[in-house]
Amino acid sequence: MPLHLICCAKQVPDPETPAASFRIDPAAKKVVPAPGIAPVISPFDEQAVEVALRIKDKRPDTKVTIVSLGGASARDVVKHGLAMGADEGILLEDPTFENVDAFQTAYVLSLAVKKVGQFDAIFCGRQAADFDQGQVAIGLAELLGIPALINGQSADFITDNRVTFERVLPDGIGVFEANTPVLTSYSQEVGQPRYPTLRNIMTAARKEISVWKAADLGVNGAAFAPKTRLVDLYVPTYEGACEIIEADSPAEAGEKLALKLREAKII
Amino acid sequence: MAGEKGILIGGELPSSGGRPGMTLELLSIGRKLADELNEELSVLLLGNGVNDAEGQELIAHGADKVYIINDPLLATYHPDTFATATEKALREIKPNIFLMGRSEIGQDVAPMVGFRLRTGVAMDCLDLQIDAASKKLMMIRPVYGGNARAHFVCTDVAPQMATVRPKTQDPAPRQEGRIGTVQHLSAALDASVKRSEWVAYNKWESAGGVTLPNAEIVISGGRGIGSAEAYKDTIEVCAGVVGGAAGASKACCDAGYAPPGLQVGLTGQRVSPKLYVAVAISGASQHIAGMGTSKNIVAINKDPDANIFKVSRYGIVADYKQVMPAFIKKCRELVGKSE
Ligand SMILES: Cc1cc2nc3c(=O)[nH]c(=O)nc-3n(C[C@H](O)[C@H](O)[C@H](O)COP(=O)(O)OP(=O)(O)OC[C@H]3O[C@@H](n4cnc5c(N)ncnc54)[C@H](O)[C@@H]3O)c2cc1C
Ligand SMILES: Nc1ncnc2c1ncn2[C@@H]1O[C@H](COP(=O)(O)O)[C@@H](O)[C@H]1O
Repeated sequence: MPLHLICCAKQVPDPETPAASFRIDPAAKKVVPAPGIAPVISPFDEQAVEVALRIKDKRPDTKVTIVSLGGASARDVVKHGLAMGADEGILLEDPTFENVDAFQTAYVLSLAVKKVGQFDAIFCGRQAADFDQGQVAIGLAELLGIPALINGQSADFITDNRVTFERVLPDGIGVFEANTPVLTSYSQEVGQPRYPTLRNIMTAARKEISVWKAADLGVNGAAFAPKTRLVDLYVPTYEGACEIIEADSPAEAGEKLALKLREAKII
Repeated sequence: MAGEKGILIGGELPSSGGRPGMTLELLSIGRKLADELNEELSVLLLGNGVNDAEGQELIAHGADKVYIINDPLLATYHPDTFATATEKALREIKPNIFLMGRSEIGQDVAPMVGFRLRTGVAMDCLDLQIDAASKKLMMIRPVYGGNARAHFVCTDVAPQMATVRPKTQDPAPRQEGRIGTVQHLSAALDASVKRSEWVAYNKWESAGGVTLPNAEIVISGGRGIGSAEAYKDTIEVCAGVVGGAAGASKACCDAGYAPPGLQVGLTGQRVSPKLYVAVAISGASQHIAGMGTSKNIVAINKDPDANIFKVSRYGIVADYKQVMPAFIKKCRELVGKSE
């Protein structure tokens, strides 16, 4: 049977935006988009798509579906996944999906996955580069009742029903195996995601992206309640000015630094 | 939610794969919250063969009560067995607040349990406070790669759950004469809960000696270091001289100057040493996310406007190649130690 892999990807403000252009609207509790910097697919989600496509490289009959929950602009994330080589795209867009928390996001994604039907594995990012929560992937797995293997650098199918997965740990790599269906999440150790080829960009442009609304998914009011609420969002200030060590030469500054650290009993 | 009381900590035992020191860090912030709410502080320990003395030790460090679950399936860490045992304990104990470390264990177990109990979780908190008006747990965490900070509260759900970033809390001190109780619970785990197998563990080759997570001094290099040789000769040598560990920025690792395991930051290791020296690192928010809580930060960078100076206590604006040899030589004299 051909494999079916589902990738979940989120649109975020470009995380490489220089700190100086990063602004918040405190009343709205939202980031103000930096002028001229377009939002992007969350980097780890792009790496998750890459891992799914590496599996498809080996088994070309594999189907890869990319799903994104977001506003109308999140269509670009779905398109990006298609341009990288995914086969189908789904956008989950509805006014009620604005400002959802981790629980609600995972809940809507779980309904979308159920609507998609048969799949072998789900690919997520380790954490989305906006709220850095690192919850939605595991939450989605829990709501679907499947195991989650997180923070990976690679995965492969050993058989049609079993995957091997490399998790990045602080002091090395843990190798795990699990039966499908399984959810996996990925981190930067995956390496550089592929660039969309011209051919894939052309094919992607012609592809129809399905748009599913709350009603299409059967979102149930009571089950959709948020579990957390954002009460404040601000740019932290760092107190304490930095003492720049002045000296006649850089070498002398280096010596002075060592002496200062010694005096303060830091070394 | 109704009638949930007390603050419960998911303790970590190094013997079953936990992070050393995490439980004491959680006890210090947990004690602060418990005193403010005037509620009990307890700890849940999972393992196989955990004894009452280990529980008493945590009582000496500030706990009022320690729950122990011993089960052969908890002898070593597995997300499914630990989550299932934790979920059972929470249903029985019904705490108002449940805290874990944002460790390898907490990253799996906290969201698993949170979703199973249909409650709210805030991951990787730097601080936790009690909101004066509502008495709710205010969960303070970095977002947008550290560029911003967010405060979250739970809606009307229980327990209010948070994971705390390692090394952000001072460990709770030991106090003689504290008394409390140790209670054993049963999880009656069935092997069928395990849905994955850990089949191999390929550890990074470590240079031996001081490693990043436990280092009191970290010397880190960035992309500006320029080569793997310069990284060895400057960063590793300096770390050796001061008895610290070598670290790196993501750009430095990506360029192949430093080994991948040494990345510090949002998606690398989190460190909070007494001294962090950032050499030729610009100070992107994602880097600061991993070292911003260090007690003393020193930056050496040729760009006077580099962001890293904003979080530093001491700075030198110069080419590191001219600063570091003299710094290393002086340190060697002062510390009285050769490589
Ligand atoms: C989702 C995500 C996660 C990330 N996670 C991490 C992470 O965990 N850790 C991390 O570090 N980064 C992370 N990053 C990357 C981060 O955004 C920066 O790109 C990175 O930290 C830059 O590394 P750097 O400071 O070494 O390099 P650069 O930004 O290139 O800075 C080099 C610095 O060296 C200085 N310099 C150059 N030559 C010299 C010299 N001879 N003497 C003195 N100074 C010199 C320059 O002035 C400059 O300030 C992440 C990014 C994303 C999007
Ligand atoms: N709005 C979304 N649409 C699609 N996938 C998402 C969305 N939010 C989160 N995810 C997935 O869940 C992962 C973890 O997200 P988070 O818990 O928000 O850090 C992300 O890396 C994505 O793979």
